[in-house]
Amino acid sequence: MKSPYYTPEHDAFREQVRRFVESEITPHIQSWEDAGQIPRALYKRCAELGLLGIGYPETYGGTPVDDGFYPMIFVQELCRSGSGGIVAALGSLGIGLPPILALGSEALKQQIIPEVLAGEQIAALAITEPGGGSDVANLSCRAERDGDHYVVSGSKTFITQGMQADWFTVAVRTGGAGIGGISLLAINAASEGFSRTPLRKMGWHCSDTATLYFDQCRVPVNQLIGTENQGFLGIMRNFNNERLALAAQACGLAAVCIEESRRYAEERTTFGKPLSKHQVIRHKLVEMQGRYLAAQALLEQLTWRVDHGEVPIAELCMLKNFATATLEYIAGEAVQIHGGAGFMHGSTVERIFRETKVLSIGGGASEVMADLAARQMGL
Amino acid sequence: MKALVPIKRVVDYNVRIRVKGDGTGVDLNGVKMSVNPFDEIANEAALKLKEAGVISEVVVVTIGTAKAEDQLRSELARGADRGIHVVTDEEIQPLQAARILAELVKRENADVVIAGKQAIDDDNNQTPQMLATLLDWPQATFASDIKIDGGKATVQREIDAGAETLEVDLPAVISADLRLNEPRFIKLPDIMKAKRKPLDKVELSEFDIDVPKLEVVSTSNPPAREPGRMVKSVEELVAALKDKGLV
Repeated sequence: MKSPYYTPEHDAFREQVRRFVESEITPHIQSWEDAGQIPRALYKRCAELGLLGIGYPETYGGTPVDDGFYPMIFVQELCRSGSGGIVAALGSLGIGLPPILALGSEALKQQIIPEVLAGEQIAALAITEPGGGSDVANLSCRAERDGDHYVVSGSKTFITQGMQADWFTVAVRTGGAGIGGISLLAINAASEGFSRTPLRKMGWHCSDTATLYFDQCRVPVNQLIGTENQGFLGIMRNFNNERLALAAQACGLAAVCIEESRRYAEERTTFGKPLSKHQVIRHKLVEMQGRYLAAQALLEQLTWRVDHGEVPIAELCMLKNFATATLEYIAGEAVQIHGGAGFMHGSTVERIFRETKVLSIGGGASEVMADLAARQMGL
Repeated sequence: MKALVPIKRVVDYNVRIRVKGDGTGVDLNGVKMSVNPFDEIANEAALKLKEAGVISEVVVVTIGTAKAEDQLRSELARGADRGIHVVTDEEIQPLQAARILAELVKRENADVVIAGKQAIDDDNNQTPQMLATLLDWPQATFASDIKIDGGKATVQREIDAGAETLEVDLPAVISADLRLNEPRFIKLPDIMKAKRKPLDKVELSEFDIDVPKLEVVSTSNPPAREPGRMVKSVEELVAALKDKGLV
């Protein structure tokens, strides 16, 4: 779609990613969904094409880009495979690495980032605990200093790529109550005292999800990310980009739902004519497309504003809520248009329908987003 | 050894084209444009030869509007070393393109031209052959394999009866067929680097392209397909075909 924000380089990039997704991802999605994970080789393949290091400095094997439209295009083209799980799986490093890149020591950055961007290792973020999700300030996983190590005790849950990840950026409590007592540690999955169990979920099947257990897990102090008790700053760094990425995913999947529904409506004949010629269905498609266009337009505008140095927190919250609610609506209508076929396991719209809720819940639940936006508006 | 690879900006192969209402051509308004797929294959072939140490420089050339720079950059991102853009809004026909390319081959002192066998917009399949004739170079068209060694190119080409292998002395013009290779994915870092690769703009007025031109009289849609008829048996089918004088 034409938009004032896209350059010929964006178009060239989109074209290449589209071709890659069509030939090397889409044909395998259902088998990866069934397997509950993506093959590690896919990380390496993406790394070869420069897709893991978008926006990262060259010194760590990344590719600096001019703006936030490159990651957005990558996410939306991945969505064309009809799976949000693939975005979550390949995207775990996108929330695991930024705190390390922004706050970590040079040695820690060199230790972790190049291997992750090369697809050799997988990075993930571990914040949420069994006792609470969006309420980061009250997390309880504890890290006590013992000589040259931190001794970590506690657990984390709903961790994307938690079963496969090699490195976790973990929020732990090193100080007193509240956000002033939180630190970030880079913890390797091979550490003594670390274990994990897989979780089954409604959607995102090709991305694994885990609960992590830290039982007197010993972590060298040089794996502290940034300054002790100032970890919340590192967590916050993810927020804006994560909201943009989730909104991009919601819009990307919505576009697929519309495309699939249109194709089905034009092929499927009922009462003597194609579904698309029945007013009740064609008007549905128009409404779906209209809402999608609005969400995508807001996404592009906010991507541009963030690129230009703004931090429009309230609008980013609204975007996340609007885009994810739009996807919930569109995926619901897509399944409805598909009728019985849409209820069948393995159809693209059925898969996406099961992936709508995670976008409204993860990366800041809609209710938390609304409340934050209200406070930003001074209400 | 220097290779010249001509490329053309054409309507993307996925686009369902529409004939303009007045029949003067195809509606290009808002239509996605891409590099002619055969030209991508030609450039890929040149780049593979460069990676094998046979060719030392790959120069991509396009003749077209200012927007054709996008396609030139795309082929620079694939790996070509530099680009030449002959800028014009005029519609360029095969003989004119061949004359421009012949002039550029001389200026560049190129040793081999690897071109797509045809562009998917007009499907003329003429420019490489005309270019070889103008340069008085040997030609090997519809290549499905290219080997260059000791001043000769060994080219396997697809012909109606199967495959034929030709040996041509260099310099030569080679045109690429579909099965020559599968063009690589262009990596993001290479897209970013392509913006800084050298690209010369050349005016069309520098070339002598005053040749008789073909005139397009009209463009029309192919006739709509007649609906088929279901038959119940082979006998009925044969009878129907006989009836229409088809067997």
